[in-house]
Amino acid sequence: MWNFPLVPPTASKEGEAISLLYWTITTIAIVFGTIVLLGAIYLAVRYRASNNAVDRSNATDSDLRIELAWTLIPLVIAMVMFGWAAKLYADIYAPREGYYEVFVIGKQWMWHCQHPNGARENNMLTLPAGRLVKVSLISQDVIHAFSIPAFRVKRDAVPGRYNAMYFTPTKPGVYHLFCTEYCGTKHAEMIGKVVVLPENEFQKWLEKNAPGATAAAATAATTGSAAAPATGGTLTLAQQGEQVFKALGCNACHLNPNSPVKVPDLTKTWGDTIKLTDGRVVKGDEAYIRESILNPAAKIREGYQNLMPPYQGQVSEEQLVQLIAYIKSLAGASNGGK
Amino acid sequence: MATTTYTGGQKQNYLNWKTTLASWLFTLDHKRIAILYLVSISIFFLLGGLAAGVVRAELATPKGDLLTSDVYNKMFSAHGIIMIFLFLIPSIPAVFGNFLLPLMIGARDVAFPRLNLLSWYVFMAGAACILIAILRGGIDTGWTFYTPYSSSFAKGEVSLAIVGIFLTGFSSIFTGINFLVTIHKMRAPGMTWFRLPLFVWAMYATSLIQVLGTPVVAITLLLVAVERTFRIGIFDPSLGGDPILFQHLFWFYSHPAVYIMILPAMGVISEVISAFSKRRVFGYHFVAFSSLAIAIIGFLVWGHHMYTSGQSMYAGIVFSFLTWIVAIPSAIKTFNWMATIWKGRVHWDTPMLYALGFMGLFVIGGLTGLHLAALATNVHLTDTYFVVAHFHYVMVGGAIMGYLAALHFWWPKMTGRMYPEGWGKLAALLVFVGFNLTFFPQFLLGYMGMPRRYHSYPEEWAVLNLLSTAGSTVLGLGYLLPVIYLTWSLKYGTVVTERNPWGARGLEWELVDTPPDPHNFERTPIVTRPAYDYNHPEEPTGFVPKPRPVVVGGKDG
Repeated sequence: MWNFPLVPPTASKEGEAISLLYWTITTIAIVFGTIVLLGAIYLAVRYRASNNAVDRSNATDSDLRIELAWTLIPLVIAMVMFGWAAKLYADIYAPREGYYEVFVIGKQWMWHCQHPNGARENNMLTLPAGRLVKVSLISQDVIHAFSIPAFRVKRDAVPGRYNAMYFTPTKPGVYHLFCTEYCGTKHAEMIGKVVVLPENEFQKWLEKNAPGATAAAATAATTGSAAAPATGGTLTLAQQGEQVFKALGCNACHLNPNSPVKVPDLTKTWGDTIKLTDGRVVKGDEAYIRESILNPAAKIREGYQNLMPPYQGQVSEEQLVQLIAYIKSLAGASNGGK
Repeated sequence: MATTTYTGGQKQNYLNWKTTLASWLFTLDHKRIAILYLVSISIFFLLGGLAAGVVRAELATPKGDLLTSDVYNKMFSAHGIIMIFLFLIPSIPAVFGNFLLPLMIGARDVAFPRLNLLSWYVFMAGAACILIAILRGGIDTGWTFYTPYSSSFAKGEVSLAIVGIFLTGFSSIFTGINFLVTIHKMRAPGMTWFRLPLFVWAMYATSLIQVLGTPVVAITLLLVAVERTFRIGIFDPSLGGDPILFQHLFWFYSHPAVYIMILPAMGVISEVISAFSKRRVFGYHFVAFSSLAIAIIGFLVWGHHMYTSGQSMYAGIVFSFLTWIVAIPSAIKTFNWMATIWKGRVHWDTPMLYALGFMGLFVIGGLTGLHLAALATNVHLTDTYFVVAHFHYVMVGGAIMGYLAALHFWWPKMTGRMYPEGWGKLAALLVFVGFNLTFFPQFLLGYMGMPRRYHSYPEEWAVLNLLSTAGSTVLGLGYLLPVIYLTWSLKYGTVVTERNPWGARGLEWELVDTPPDPHNFERTPIVTRPAYDYNHPEEPTGFVPKPRPVVVGGKDG
């Protein structure tokens, strides 16, 4: 009961910057609010009908200069605040380099997180202090939102598309994790903890929680909601992806020198600029790979035919994340950056 | 229409000239239609308030122990849907717009009286659908109906509720068209655009939004029902649809809809502050055009509900820019209202208390809108209680304070009775205090990250939530009081027969009987002066011309 905070903890670099912006806007709001509130009451009391001792002469009812003043002054302040806030927004949402990447899958009503080394967590996310983190989000059913108030960041997990955000945790500790987009019956129970560890402890945590050799990707993926963290072997996310790749029979054509049909070279897909048969040019990113697995006909690479069957409904979001990590690794991109 | 059945001793007015139920249900009189709306939306307000009370009761303690999650979710959905579609959107336009617009511009009625009556029936049909959907087990989508939850996951009578909202939307469009045509075509001679009361300008801007925006949300929600029923992929990605598309379409209307709720209240506040300060509204042109600016720019800011959704970052930046811009006209209005009080003769009657309360709460609501307009702070605050507090300050603190100001200000004109002033002041005070107690703690909760639509929450937020629940009981009492004493005043209130009990300017006060004659004016009035001309108290704003003498045998009568 007497645990009675009035402000959230601030535990990320971006969060500190956003807090400063928040308090600046709050100060502006308090100044303007006080002027209007006290001003209106003061005027209404001073000019009350029963008060005849007050000067009411020259009571003009329009004045261009004063109208311009109270139009332009707020406008200038507004533009400064707009620009400042936009810059910080770009810091958390615009693509950046050199990050530690975790994949987060939202589903009614839990969060499933996957680390590049294969470690998995449910309703928990363990992160290193002092490193830029990229959280890649997707939902398996309805829209959720991944919110960490202590970091001042949030991003919607939308079915069918990857969203990302970036932040740098600074203070080790345990923080709230909420779903903030209403998602049905147990929306309020779709909560968890974010644990920030010092770098050395985080490395130990990663080693301890790397999955076992017995956790074949396919089984791990189909059970999906296995208790966190999954146990067994030492397969990284990309290696799990390789297993899924084989389990689904992708290697019958892809990465097969004796392929019966002409297929695009997957080792060159990630990060590639891909020309399509309809003339469009797309980038070989998560969204493209995901769509090309689920619905290959949507975007056909120039010079190829649509021969691949669609995998919509046959591959889970977890498996997709693993497959993407695998295809990334083929291109030599170290999964998750450095 | 020409015949009158009224034979009593009292002067004929729109209330007593016919008293049968049929004369009310088939009335084409804009004033009676306003009363029909007033009675219906008052009931809906009480229902929506009840749902809010249940929600606050659950949130009094951190654990979700009073209701199950499903019932809680249905309660906040019912609260939102009823309050927005059945109370706030029709509130000031359908009641006071209907009642006052023809009186203020010197017209006999609105342009399309039959359409006006139809709009009430369509509204009631929509309300019936929504209430039946709620009674038959309820819906748990929230008032925002986000896909794919609403289209592919939610159980219950979602489609029926959507049909209800579709219908109330049409009612809103009918009213909007009616008012636009009325303002364009039915102004009395001499009632130029810049002699219009600012309430009429506000109604004009509101009608514009209703006509242009409502079709979009109506069709969008219908598409949700189509996806639910026929499983045609529109918004659900597993059927090939795009859930973000829904948000664009939904907010394209639903953000301007916020202005449907607040602009009429701003119009009321201009009238009330002027009448109780006995001064012309300062910067008339700026206040008038700021309404239009809000209506127009308000159509271009919908994406600020979607900064975190996955819309393009650059789109977010453009929407944020426009959102900062749309804040300016509201600031202009507020400063002009203050300047109207300056050097006025301020009478502290109940409507003025509500107007001052409006300024206080609307300013807090508006200024906390800055935190949400700003991209980076929005990311932290969106979908938390900060947003809940912010829009309650605007829609309840703003729109409902404006509605109550209007209700007290025009009550003697509408009913011929005065409300009890002491009770009026007490209620205004209770509403103001209760409101702040309820919603201010929610700003703090929101900044700490408490998500909205949560059935339970962490222990450390217990005190602030309890405070909020305590405040909501004060607020509930503050809203119940007017219901009681206004009803009481219909029978026991002081009888008002003078046309202008407040000494206000405007055709509805100067030239219209209290209560108004069924025909409003004996003959079409002629307007000779600008609005709010308190500087020339001896000069009426307009006059009703005497009938021309009929010269028997004359050539040119």
